[in-house]
Amino acid sequence: MSTHAQKRSLFDPGLLRPAVRDAFVKLDPRHQVRNPVMFVTEVGSAFTTLLGVHALVTGAGEASPAFILSVSAWLWATVLFANLAEAIAEGRGKAQADSLRKARRDILAKKLAVPRRDAARTEVPAPDLRRGDSVLVEAGDLVPADGEVVEGVASVDESAITGESAPVIRESGGDRSAVTGGTRVLSDWLIVRITANPGEAFLDRMISLVEGAKRQKTPNEIALDILLASMTIVFLLATATLLPFSVYAADVAGHGRPVTVTVLIALLVCLIPTTIGGLLSAIGISGMDRLIRANVIAMSGRAVEAAGDVDVLLLDKTGTITLGNRLATAFVPAPGVDERALADAAQLASLADETPEGRSIVVLAKEKHGIRERDVHALGARFVAFSAHTRMSGVDLDGRTLRKGAVDAIESWVHERGGALAPEVKAAVETIARGGGTPLVVADGGRALGVIHLKDILKGGIRERFAELRRMGIETVMITGDNPLTAAAIAAEAGVDDFLAQATPEAKLRLIRERQAGGHLVAMTGDGTNDAPALAQADVAVAMNTGTQAAREAGNMVDLDSNPTKLIEIVEIGKQLLMTRGSLTTFSIANDVAKYFAILPAAFAATYPVLKSLDVMRLTSPQSAILSAVIFNAVIIVLLIPLALRGVAYRPVGAAALLRRNLLVYGLGGLVAPFAGIKLVDLLLATLGLV
Amino acid sequence: MTANALVQVALFLLVLLLLAKPLGVFMARVYSGETTVLDRVLGPLERLTYRLCGVVPETEMTWKSYAGAFLAFNLLGLVAVYAILRLQAVLPWNPQGLSATTPDLAFNAAVSFATNTNWQSYSGETTLSYFSQMLALTVQNFVSAAAGMAVLAAFARGVARRSGTTIGNFWGDLVRSTAYVLLPLSVVLTLALVSQGVVQTLRPYATVTAVETGRPQVLALGPAASQIAIKQLGTNGGGFFNVNSAHPFENPTALSNFLEMLAILLLAAALCHSFGRMVGDARQGTALIAAMTLALVAFLALCLCAEQRGNPALASLGVDARATAMQPGGNMEGKEARFGIANSALWATATTAASNGSVNAMHDSFTPLGGLAPLVLMQLGEVIFGGVGSGLYGMLIFAIVAVFIAGLMVGRTPEYLGKKIEAFEIKMASVALLAPALCVLAGTAAAVATTAGRAGVFNPGPHGFSEVLYAFSSAGNNNGSAFGGLGANNPFYNVTLGIAMLVSRYFVAIPALALAGSLVRKKAVAPGPGTFPTHTPLFVILLLGIVVLVGALTFLPALALGPIVEHLLLYA
Repeated sequence: MSTHAQKRSLFDPGLLRPAVRDAFVKLDPRHQVRNPVMFVTEVGSAFTTLLGVHALVTGAGEASPAFILSVSAWLWATVLFANLAEAIAEGRGKAQADSLRKARRDILAKKLAVPRRDAARTEVPAPDLRRGDSVLVEAGDLVPADGEVVEGVASVDESAITGESAPVIRESGGDRSAVTGGTRVLSDWLIVRITANPGEAFLDRMISLVEGAKRQKTPNEIALDILLASMTIVFLLATATLLPFSVYAADVAGHGRPVTVTVLIALLVCLIPTTIGGLLSAIGISGMDRLIRANVIAMSGRAVEAAGDVDVLLLDKTGTITLGNRLATAFVPAPGVDERALADAAQLASLADETPEGRSIVVLAKEKHGIRERDVHALGARFVAFSAHTRMSGVDLDGRTLRKGAVDAIESWVHERGGALAPEVKAAVETIARGGGTPLVVADGGRALGVIHLKDILKGGIRERFAELRRMGIETVMITGDNPLTAAAIAAEAGVDDFLAQATPEAKLRLIRERQAGGHLVAMTGDGTNDAPALAQADVAVAMNTGTQAAREAGNMVDLDSNPTKLIEIVEIGKQLLMTRGSLTTFSIANDVAKYFAILPAAFAATYPVLKSLDVMRLTSPQSAILSAVIFNAVIIVLLIPLALRGVAYRPVGAAALLRRNLLVYGLGGLVAPFAGIKLVDLLLATLGLV
Repeated sequence: MTANALVQVALFLLVLLLLAKPLGVFMARVYSGETTVLDRVLGPLERLTYRLCGVVPETEMTWKSYAGAFLAFNLLGLVAVYAILRLQAVLPWNPQGLSATTPDLAFNAAVSFATNTNWQSYSGETTLSYFSQMLALTVQNFVSAAAGMAVLAAFARGVARRSGTTIGNFWGDLVRSTAYVLLPLSVVLTLALVSQGVVQTLRPYATVTAVETGRPQVLALGPAASQIAIKQLGTNGGGFFNVNSAHPFENPTALSNFLEMLAILLLAAALCHSFGRMVGDARQGTALIAAMTLALVAFLALCLCAEQRGNPALASLGVDARATAMQPGGNMEGKEARFGIANSALWATATTAASNGSVNAMHDSFTPLGGLAPLVLMQLGEVIFGGVGSGLYGMLIFAIVAVFIAGLMVGRTPEYLGKKIEAFEIKMASVALLAPALCVLAGTAAAVATTAGRAGVFNPGPHGFSEVLYAFSSAGNNNGSAFGGLGANNPFYNVTLGIAMLVSRYFVAIPALALAGSLVRKKAVAPGPGTFPTHTPLFVILLLGIVVLVGALTFLPALALGPIVEHLLLYA
C-alpha cells in the first residue's frame, strides 16, 4: 500500500479535524459502555456536572461551583482525549479504505456461458457475479471479482491492491493463477472463474480491516480488558468506602468535614487505568495499521498477536535466504587442461543460455580471464538447449561439441564417446557439492574439461537477521529442495538453526506438526498450491500475493509485496502490539502512587490537617492538588497518543532484558513522572492565578 | 534494631529455611503418591481411612468435582462445629459446666474454624468445654489446614500436568495431608511443648492460693498442648486460652516461643519447595520462597524499628526508652517480658504474614507503624507465606497476574510455566484478588457507618478505626488475629466477620481450583529465550512489586485514616 499509505504525520490536520468531530460523537454512552474504564469516567463526569450545576443554582453545593465545574470539565476532557486517540487511529485506516474503495468502481463484467473464449457472453454488473461464474477479462478491463485464471495469460496491473506499479503475469495453471477484483488487465486476455461472492472479496476484507469497523477484540485484549475492569472495581471500592470512612473520621474527630463527592470522583478517575483504557483501542487499530503499511493483510487481529508468539520460523531457501539464482564463482580445470581453456569452453557453451546461471558463467569468464562475449550466431554455432531428457546444454561449433551439465549427465555423455571422467574431476565435483555449491561439468566431446562452481549467494545482511532472531528467541528452519549435503553447507553459511532438505509438502507438514507438538508456534510463508496444507497447519501463515488462490485461502495473512523476508517484520509488529499494551498498562498503574500522594492529603485537609506531611509535592492548595492530578491524568492521554500509534520500540534482545528495560522505563518512569507532572501543572495553575 | 534482635531474627530465618527444603521435598512425594519413609507406620492408617469412608484415592477428579468435594466437606465441618458449640452443655468433658454459645457466636466460630481463619470473638477458657475444644476446634484445625494443602496440590498438578482434564482426588489429598504431614509433625511438636511446660490435661480448672494476694485463684487448664501444636502448624492460630500464646500455659519459655514461631511458617515455606518439585523445576519454588522471605524481612524491619523506637508520648515524660543490658527499651506495652521486643515483633509479622493469627503480644498496644506492619501483611492477601496451601495458591494467583503484565511487556502471549494465561485465567485471578478486598473495605465501611458497628469501638478516633480495619482485614483474609480493643462478640460483628471469612476463603479457593482445571487442559509451550523466566531475581522483584502495589493502591486511603494519621498525630 505504499502508494496510498504515504507517511502521514500523526496529527495531520486533514485527519485531525474529522477525528475531533468523532471524539464528540463517541461520547454516546452506548459506545462508551464497551470500555468499562472510560464508561466509569463518563458517568463520573456527568455526575460532577450535575453537582456543579446544583452548586451554581442553589448556592449550597458541597464546594464552590467554580471548583466542581473545573474538575468536571477536565473529567470530560479525559473522555474526549481517549475518544480522540481512537478516532485518530481509525481516521488513518479510513483514509486508506477510501483509496481502496476507488478500486471498486462499478464494473461491467463479461460473463461467459461456458468457460471458453468463443462462448456466448452477457454483460452483468460485478456485484451480480457469484462463485463459480466464468468471466472474460480483456486488455484494459478491470477484473470484476476475485478468481482463478482458467485460461489465458496476461499482464495485470495490481497497483490498486499492492501499490506496486510494475505489472505482473497471471496465467492459468501453476502458482500464478489468482487474480484479485479491482486489478486491471493490461495486455492479452484471461478467462477467470470467480471464487468469491460479493462482499467476501479480498478488497472487501481489506476495507473492513483497515477501517477497523468490525474489529473484534483479540484474546489478549479481552484478557487485559478483564484485568482493567477488575482494577476499576478495586478503585471503585477504595473510593466509595472512603466516604463512610471520612464521615466516621469527621464524627469522632469532632471537627472537619467528610470528603466531598466531587473529590471522590476525581480520585476515582485518577486511579482507574484511564491512560491504558483510553488508548487501548487506538493501540489495537494502529497495530493493524502498521501491518497494512508493511503491505501485509492480516485476516484477523488474532493472527497478528500470534505472530508475536512465534518461536519457529520456516523460511524457504530460495528467495528468502539466498538470492533467487546460483552464480558461477570458479572454474576447476581437469588435469592437463588450462583454466583459461576451460573458461573459454564454458563461456561458449553458455553463450545462448539465457538463464541467470548461464549469464553468470559468461560474466565470470570475462571477469577472470578477459574472454569477451561472442555472438553465437556470428560464430555459426548451433545451440543445444537444455532439456529435461538430456539435462545438458551447449553448442556445436567448428566440429567441437561443447556441453555443460550435471555430473551424472555429462559422465554418461563422455562415456558414450569413449572417454571417462578423471578422478580429479570427480573429486572437484564432490568438494564443490559438499561446500553447498552446485558443480557443472564441462565436456568437449569425449573429454571432460573441468568443473564450474555455481554457488548460492546469500542475501545481504541475512546472517545478521538470523542472529537477531536468535536473540529474540526465534528458531529459524531453512526449507530447501537441495540434497542434505548442500543444504547443510548453506544452512551453516547463513547461520540458520536447522534445515529441512529435499523438502516435500508432506515433509513440511510433518515438520510443522512436530514442532507444534513440542509446544512451539510455527510461522511460514508459501505461495504454491502444494504449500496450502502446511500453511493451514502453521500458526502464522503468510501467503504471497502472487501465489495461488488455494495458498491465499490457507494462510492467515497475505503479503502484498510477496517478499518472504517479511515474516520477520510481521513478528516484530506482533510483539510491538503486545508490548505497547503491557508497557502502557504498567505506566498507568504506576502513576496511581503519585496521585494518591496528591489527592489524599488534600481530601482530608479539613479533618486531619496533619496528613499534609504526605504531600511530598508541596502543592499550592488542596483544590489545586486535586485539579492538578485530574489535569495531569487527562493530558497524559494526549501526550501518549503518538506512542500508542507508533508502538513501543522493539529491540531484538531476550525476554528478560526486554522486561528489565521496559520495567525501568514504564514502571519506574510511571512511578516518577506524575510527581513531576502534577507539580508542573500545579505551578502553572498557581502562576496563572487560577487556584 | 539491637544486635540481640538481629541475631534472633537471623537464627530464626536460618532454621526455617533449612528445614523448609527437606520437608517440602517430602510433601511433594506425599502429593505425587510416591513412597515415603512414613509409609510403613502410617500406610495402614491411611488405607483404613479410605476403607471406612469408601474412598478410592486413585479416582481422578475434574476441577468441578474436586471443588464440589472441597465445599461439601467444609460445609459438613461447619455444621458439625455449629452443632457441638450449641449443644456443649449436654455433651461430655465439660467440667466447668459451661453453657451453650449464642447462635451468632456459634456461627462465627464454626465459619472461623472451617475456613482456617480461627478468628475468636470469645475467650476459650470461659466459653468452650474441653469437648468443644477438642472435637470441634482441634478437628477443624487439622482438616481445614489439610483442605488448603489439598487445593494447593491440585493447583500444582494443574500447572505441572502436560495435558488432561483432572487434578487429583480431594479425599486422597485431604487424608494424605493429615496423616503424613500434619499428624506426625503435631505429635512431635506437642511433646516438645509439653516438655516446656505447656499444659495437657482433662482435669478441671485448678484452684490455688495466689502468692501476692494470698487469696484463692482459679487457674484455667485443659488439653492445650495438642491443640497449640496444630494451631501453629496448620496456620490456624485459635488459642486455647483467650490471650493466646502470650499465656504462660500456652507458651511458657523462649524455646517454646521459638518452636511455635517456627511452626507458624514452616509448612507454608516448605510448600513452596513442594510446588517447585511438583512442577519439575525446583528453582520456581526457590523464587517464590525468596519473594516471601524478602517481604517478611521488610515488614519485620518496619515493625521492629517502630517498636524499638518506643512511644514519643512516654519519652516526653522522661521515660528512658533506650535498649540497655538491663532493659529492652522501646515500646514494651502489651508485650510479655519473657519474649521482649524482638520476639514479639517477629511473632507479630510471622503470624500475619502466614494466615495464622495467634499472638504472643497485644498488637493493639503496638506503635502505629508497628501495628501497620501486621495490618498490611494481612491486606496483601495473606500471600507472604500465608495459610498452609492457601498462601501459596494466593501467591500463584498473583504470579499469574505478574506474568500476564510481564508477558505483554516482552511482546508475547503471557504464559506461566508453559501454560498460556488467557481471558479465563485473568477472570479467575481477578475474582480471587477482588473478594478479600471487597470483604475488608465493605466490611469496615459497614461497621463505621452503622450504630451497631460503632458500638463495638472502644477507642473512637483513628485508633478505633484501625481496630475495625484490622478486624475486617483479619477475617477478610482468613488470618484470625485480633488487634483487640474491639467488642466483637455481638451479632453485628459475629455475622459480618463470619461472612467476610466465608467469602474470602471460598472466592479464592474455588477460582484457584478453576484455574487449575483450565491450566491442566492447556498444552505446555516450550520455553526459550523469548519466554520470560519465572525463577530469576527480576521475577521475584516483579512479583513483589505487583503484590505490594495492588495492596497499597487498594488500602492506602483506609490506612491513611488509621495507622498513618495516628502516627503523624503521635509525632505532630
